[in-house]
Amino acid sequence: MANNNEKPAITLSGMHKWYGDFHVLRDINLEVKKGEIIVVCGPSGSGKSTMIRCINRLEEHQQGQIIVDGIELTNDIKKIDEVRREVGMCFQHFNLFPHLTILENCTLAPIWVRGIAKKEAEETAMHFLEKVKIPDQALKYPGQLSGGQQQRVAIARSLCMKPRTILFDEPTSALDPEMIKEVLDVMIELAEEGMTMICVTHEMGFARKVADRVIFMDAGQIVEENTPAEFFDNPQNERTQLFLSQILH
Amino acid sequence: MSTETKKYSIGMHPALPPPSGTVGPVRWMRDNLFSSTSNTLLTLIGLYLVYIIVPPFIEWAFIDSVIFGAESRKECLKIMGDDRGACWSFVYKRWGQFVYGFYPVEERWRVNVGFILAALTIAIVLIENLRAKKPLIIAALAFPIISFFLVTGGSFGLAEVPTNKWGGILLTLIVGFTGIFVSLPISIMLALSRISKLPIFSFFATIFIEFIRGVPLITLLFIASTLLSYFLPPGSNFDLLLRVLIMVTLFSAAYIAEVIRGGLAAIPTGQYEAADALGLSYWQSMRLIILPQALKISIPGIVGSFIGLFKDTTLVVIIGLLDPLGIGMAAISTTEWAGLSTELYVFIGLFFFIFCFSMSRYSLHLEKKLHTGHK
Repeated sequence: MANNNEKPAITLSGMHKWYGDFHVLRDINLEVKKGEIIVVCGPSGSGKSTMIRCINRLEEHQQGQIIVDGIELTNDIKKIDEVRREVGMCFQHFNLFPHLTILENCTLAPIWVRGIAKKEAEETAMHFLEKVKIPDQALKYPGQLSGGQQQRVAIARSLCMKPRTILFDEPTSALDPEMIKEVLDVMIELAEEGMTMICVTHEMGFARKVADRVIFMDAGQIVEENTPAEFFDNPQNERTQLFLSQILH
Repeated sequence: MSTETKKYSIGMHPALPPPSGTVGPVRWMRDNLFSSTSNTLLTLIGLYLVYIIVPPFIEWAFIDSVIFGAESRKECLKIMGDDRGACWSFVYKRWGQFVYGFYPVEERWRVNVGFILAALTIAIVLIENLRAKKPLIIAALAFPIISFFLVTGGSFGLAEVPTNKWGGILLTLIVGFTGIFVSLPISIMLALSRISKLPIFSFFATIFIEFIRGVPLITLLFIASTLLSYFLPPGSNFDLLLRVLIMVTLFSAAYIAEVIRGGLAAIPTGQYEAADALGLSYWQSMRLIILPQALKISIPGIVGSFIGLFKDTTLVVIIGLLDPLGIGMAAISTTEWAGLSTELYVFIGLFFFIFCFSMSRYSLHLEKKLHTGHK
C-alpha cells in the first residue's frame, strides 16, 4: 500500500510540548507514510489528542520538528494555513457550524480557502455527502441531525477540501452506541481508498480491521507501536498489557 | 393473547386524542388564571386595575378630547365644557415644529424626501428574500447619503440649513439612527480588539470601553458642547450636532461592544478550532463563523442598547438642541398652551413607544428567523 520511496506524509521528531510548566508531550518521534492508517490509543490524559492537534497546529509545540507534506510547522502563518489546507480534521464533538446548512458547512472552506466556484463546490459537497450516505439532509441544519449523522457530515466537510491526510480526534466517543457503526463504516471506506489517517480512538475492532500500526501512549510518551495483530495479541510493554486488559475485558 | 382489545403489537399502537378536559380554553383559564386561591385573587385584582385605568383613559384621550379648532388651552376648555378631556390641539398646531424643529417651512419638502428615503431604506432591510438583491443594497447605502446632502443643503443649488435649525422628530431620528448604524461596526471592532491576543489592542479597547461606560452620557454631551471648543483652535466651527453624534455613537459603541463580547464568549472553542482546521484565516473565521453566531446570541442585548440609545437622545435638550421633548416643553411654556404637560408627555411617550416597540418586535422576529435548531 504505502510506497517506501516516497517522502513521509507526516514526521514528528523529538517533539516536546508544555502547557505552562506542565510537560504534556515528551520526545515524540513518529513517521507516517502516505496512505498509512495509524490508530493512537492510551488512557485519558496521555497526550494523544494533544499530539494530533499539534499536527495541524491547533496546539503549538515548543521543541522538536513537525513536518507535514514537506512543510515544517513554525510560527509562519502562511505555512500553517498551507498545512491546514492539506490536513483535514474530525472532532469528538463534530464542531459543525450550527448557523449554516449541511451543504454550506461543506462548501464554505472550498469556496473561501480554495477559491472554488460555488456551483462546483456544491457538486463536490453533494458527491461527498452521498459518500457518507446523507445527501437528503443537505439543506437541513446541524441541529436537526443525529450525532452519527453530524459526524458523517463532519467527515464529508473535511473531504470537500480534498485533504491528503485526515486526523480523527475520538470521532465516536460522543456518539450513542447505535450510531458508532455508521461512522466507523465511513472511516473504513476511507481507509480502504488509501487516505492517510491518524485516528485517536478506543474502537479496537476498527484498529484491528484497518490500522497499519497501533500506537499506545501514556504520560506524554509513545510507549509502544506495532502492527495491530502484534499489538493486541502480543503486547510487549507492561503498561500496554494493563491497558488492554482493562479495555478488552 | 393477541385477541385482547387493549393490546397492540409493537409499533402498531395508534395515536389517540388526549383525554377530554386536558386541553381547551376553559382548561387554559383554570391552569393560568385560577389555579389557586391566591392566583384567583391576583387575577381579580388585575382585572379591577384594568377596569379603573383603561376606560377613563380612553374617555380622556379620545372621547372627550379636542384636536382641531382650538387656538389655545382656554378655547379647548370652552369646547369641552364640563368634560375634562385631553387638549391635543397644541400638538396639532405645533405639529410642524414637532416634526422639523425650526427647519425653514419652505425647505421642509427636503426633509420629507429624506424621511421617504429613510423609510425605503428600512423597508429594504426589513423585507427579506427580495429578488435582485445587489441594486437594492446599493440603493439602501445610497439613500442615507442622498438624504444627508438633501437635508444639510449647501450643494446642488440647495440652500444651506444650519444644524441649529434642525429639531423635533427629525433630530431624534438623525441622532438615534446615526448612533445605531455607526456604532454597530465600531462596537464589533472594539469587542474583537478587547478579546484580541495582541495586548496593545485589548489594552486600548479596554481603556476606551471602561472610560466611556464609567461616565454618564450627559457628561459626554457637555464635553461635546463646551469643553471641546477649548481644545479646538479659536475660530474653528466644529458643528455641535456633529459633536453630539460622535459622542452618542461612541457611547453606544462601548456598551454594545460589551454585549457582543458576551456573545463571543458564548461561542464554544470547537467552532474556532473547526474554522482553523479548515484553513480559514482569522478574518474569514470571524466573518463567516464566529460573528454570525455571536451577533445572533447578542441580538436581545444589542437591541436593548439601541432602544436605550434612542431614548437617551432626549438628553440633547440639555445642551440646547431641541428634540420633540424640547420643542414640547417650549410649547407648553407659552401663554396659550401653559398647563398641558400631561398631553405633552403622553404624546412624546407614544412617539418613543412606537419606535422602541417596533425595534423590540423586530429583534424577536430576527431571533426566530435566525434560529436553526441549535441552542
